[in-house]
Amino acid sequence: FNLFGSDADYLGLVLPAGSGRSLPGRGLLLLTVLVLLEGTVFRLGAASTPDVSGHDTKDHHKATAIGHNSTKKAFPVLDLDYGHIQTPFEISLWVLLASLMKLGFHLIPRLSGIVPESCLLIVVGLLVGGLIKIAGEKVPPVLDSRLFFLCLLPPIILDAGYFLPIRPFMENLGTILIFAVVGTLWNAFFIGGLLYAVCQIQTGNSSELNGLGLLPCLLFGSIISAVDPVAVLAVFEEIHINELLHILVFGESLLNDAVTVVLYHLFEEYSGVGTVTVMDGFLGIISFLVVALGGVLVGAIYGILAAFTSRFTSHTRVIEPLFVFVYSYIAYLSAEMFHLSGIMALIACGAVMRPYVEANISHKSHTTIKYFLKMWSSVSETLIFIFLGVATVDGPHFWNWTFVTVTVILCLVARVIGVVGLTYIINKFRIVKLTTKDQFIIAYGGLRGAIAFSLGFLLKEDHFPERNMFLTAIITVIFFTVFVQGMTIKPLVELLAVKKKQEAKRSINEEIHTQFLDHLLTGIEDICGHYGHHHWKDKLNRFNKKYVKKCLIAGERSKEPQLIAFYHKMEMKQAIQLVESGGGVKMPSAMPSTVSMQNIQPKKLPPPKTVERALPQLPKGREEEIRKILRSNLQRTRQRLHSYNRHTLVADPYEDGFDKFILKKQKIIELENKIKEMNNYLTVPAAPTDSPTMSRARLASDPQAFSVKPDSDSVPIIQVDLASPQSPDTVNVMDEFRRADQEENQGLMMRCPRGPSEPKKSEDTEGARDQQKLMRCLSDPGPSADEDEDEPFLKKEPLVCCCHC
Amino acid sequence: MGASQARTEHPYQDLMDKTGCNDMFGSKEDLASIPALDNNPLRKQIITAFFDKRNQHENQVGFFEEIGFEQFVMVMSHFRAPTLKTSEEEREVMRKEKLRFLFNMHDTDNDGTITLEEYRKVVEELLSKSGALGLEAAKAIADAAMLEVASTNVPHMAPDDFYEGITFEHFEQILKGLEMETRMHIRFLDVDTTTMRCGKTTS
Repeated sequence: FNLFGSDADYLGLVLPAGSGRSLPGRGLLLLTVLVLLEGTVFRLGAASTPDVSGHDTKDHHKATAIGHNSTKKAFPVLDLDYGHIQTPFEISLWVLLASLMKLGFHLIPRLSGIVPESCLLIVVGLLVGGLIKIAGEKVPPVLDSRLFFLCLLPPIILDAGYFLPIRPFMENLGTILIFAVVGTLWNAFFIGGLLYAVCQIQTGNSSELNGLGLLPCLLFGSIISAVDPVAVLAVFEEIHINELLHILVFGESLLNDAVTVVLYHLFEEYSGVGTVTVMDGFLGIISFLVVALGGVLVGAIYGILAAFTSRFTSHTRVIEPLFVFVYSYIAYLSAEMFHLSGIMALIACGAVMRPYVEANISHKSHTTIKYFLKMWSSVSETLIFIFLGVATVDGPHFWNWTFVTVTVILCLVARVIGVVGLTYIINKFRIVKLTTKDQFIIAYGGLRGAIAFSLGFLLKEDHFPERNMFLTAIITVIFFTVFVQGMTIKPLVELLAVKKKQEAKRSINEEIHTQFLDHLLTGIEDICGHYGHHHWKDKLNRFNKKYVKKCLIAGERSKEPQLIAFYHKMEMKQAIQLVESGGGVKMPSAMPSTVSMQNIQPKKLPPPKTVERALPQLPKGREEEIRKILRSNLQRTRQRLHSYNRHTLVADPYEDGFDKFILKKQKIIELENKIKEMNNYLTVPAAPTDSPTMSRARLASDPQAFSVKPDSDSVPIIQVDLASPQSPDTVNVMDEFRRADQEENQGLMMRCPRGPSEPKKSEDTEGARDQQKLMRCLSDPGPSADEDEDEPFLKKEPLVCCCHC
Repeated sequence: MGASQARTEHPYQDLMDKTGCNDMFGSKEDLASIPALDNNPLRKQIITAFFDKRNQHENQVGFFEEIGFEQFVMVMSHFRAPTLKTSEEEREVMRKEKLRFLFNMHDTDNDGTITLEEYRKVVEELLSKSGALGLEAAKAIADAAMLEVASTNVPHMAPDDFYEGITFEHFEQILKGLEMETRMHIRFLDVDTTTMRCGKTTS
């Protein structure tokens, strides 16, 4: 078995050549990796051919047989058993190839701008397939329908469904449904019917076309007519058009699955028989309703189950993402079991569970879910396109000029007529009308993809002698749409000046006014007595708030109104930004303005006598607020951390206290800015001391032990420890204001030693006091076990701000 | 009555006939007695908006005691939607009109600006159905929102400057991403407007 011996030589020869740093060097490196992989793949292909493996086993048996009878052979120190790990190894190699391809394309800058990724991947697939074929080996049946539908497709759909923008989707649901259902039906019958007509006309020329009955034609039409979500996602992701068009085309591609499923099964069943009666048609319609609604129902049930499960996961945060994935996958499989629409089930599951799950799970789990979904869907998509290329090289082809060209032309024509016709009808009911430009993009964006191919692949040869011809035509259409339409859509979008996606972030004002408008319009509708869109939406929201949220969301969050939730989210983002920008010394670059709260607050108080209180001038109302919030926070008991083991994570300081904390944080930052502007003291830049893990470790120890860090006396510092929501430091800042109030001695407040309370020269007094009640636990208990935890937003040091109070 | 109102008047003639009572548009109490409005946090503001003279586009200020059909329709006309034939300038005008309506709802003392107090009231009303938790956060949210308006419109203020309030221009600026002319609409009964009936209704 000198398989890997020769490979090793190959390795040794090729690798050192490509370690250059420059771009050509990088390209060369990539090329070598590519070639290496090709080599490995086809040699492995060689290993997997039956005769070799059969030979292998025979040898092995002979060896053992011999071993029993004859003299003992030498003990094999190093053995090679490829068959043992063959399947996982090949799968891993394919995945690795896909990922490396993805890497490679983004390293070559000019190419990824011109050609969409999907095209390049298909080309790579063609190359790989070609290489395998040249090596004379059998191409593995990669686009096997089971593999495709059960493994490759679900991650992409789940990713799409979980992150589906619900609001635009619901607003345009009518339009999307009409395009999906009526549009696909129209496409299927138009293409099928006309193909049949063409076949009938072609009586003289080719006998293959002659044998094509109406039903197989209709079946073919139904396979080829469905817009493919994978292809649409892949292409539209790169062109960044506005949300409306994106959701229209994408929503259509998702929802037409039900139609495709029904039509496919209907025509497949009855192709053998040869006739379809009206009864069958009627049953087909009923079947469509069952498939669509049943799929959605199955998905919704599993979504609610997942949401309910996530309510109880507060103690086992590690496996939270798993619930999301497993429930969704089971929903998909259950729907497929009953021949319902698996795609719709998956979308419904993701969309239903998301608001509740996100209210329950930790921030880290949320990030995990997001990244895992993106990762899987990305790899899946890449693999699908590569496999398309491989399957093209492999598949038995039967080229028939007439059939293929007519198919391609008919696809385009049918799509255009369908979109234009339907838009004309739809525009009568829409408020935001679809312009001609929009229609063009919708029509042009109707890409076909791997689903069509897999459905064609599923056809059995004995039922459908024309299967190969179908497959060839399907592949041609796919190639045409992906290459031609995919490559030209970007320049066309630029040319037609189609509105692009707005990059602006949602602001709090917009959110307030969106809510305001919702209520306003509902109110107006109620006054008119008109039960419109807003009325039902409002009813649904109230039902949701009253019953559903209470069941599915744990604890306090179930009562949180949407505006507040949004506000907290924004605060969190801002706080994260603040941390990443290295502390509160400068404002985050997104808001390059010098406006702070003081500019807005009306000056209610006359400036106090400077001798007595050199406090920064906070109006009384502000103080009261800050006091109130702190008081309410201090009433909460501090969380005890679990020791680190595989089953629990370190209790995340970002959990429950965070939203309240953030409000506090904002005030402190504003306060700090205010102070900064009022006095001329320098602010000390963030001390390069504790890593976030250490600060988290500090939480573990008791708060009593703290020593004053010897620091420069000229500038008093207060360290605001971001990682601890109930850091007594924040208490300390506010402590200065609580001159007279003695009532805040609840919880873990640390009273400052009531030193000289009469005002002296402000800075020194406060400085001394500050330094005493400084940072907690600066003497850290050593690096904790969780140092390798990945916190992307805790990379920087905690804030250090200067405050003389 | 302007021609623009005539288009919406006809649907409401139908509505009025259906409800059968002209005194639906009477006083505030009549409107307040509509049961469906009970759950709406913005109830008071909406009703007040109908009686606000500023929304009648006649450059008057103050409030009506009673409104008639004309005034009702005038307020309703703020909720029309643009058609495919609406030109760009007309859309601009529509958008301004609708934003003005919203502005008037917020600016209760009619001084031309939305002060921090007024804005706080707005947010508090929005969150009024959410109990104490809502009220606490309302202040913070209103403050943050105000801060945002100030920083986007007047980026550089000295520490002693005071931002008086949101003027109409600033208001337009911060809400320009929302595309008000299409968002703020009610689907009126889709009636053929060929037989328009101008003329005042008798009450």
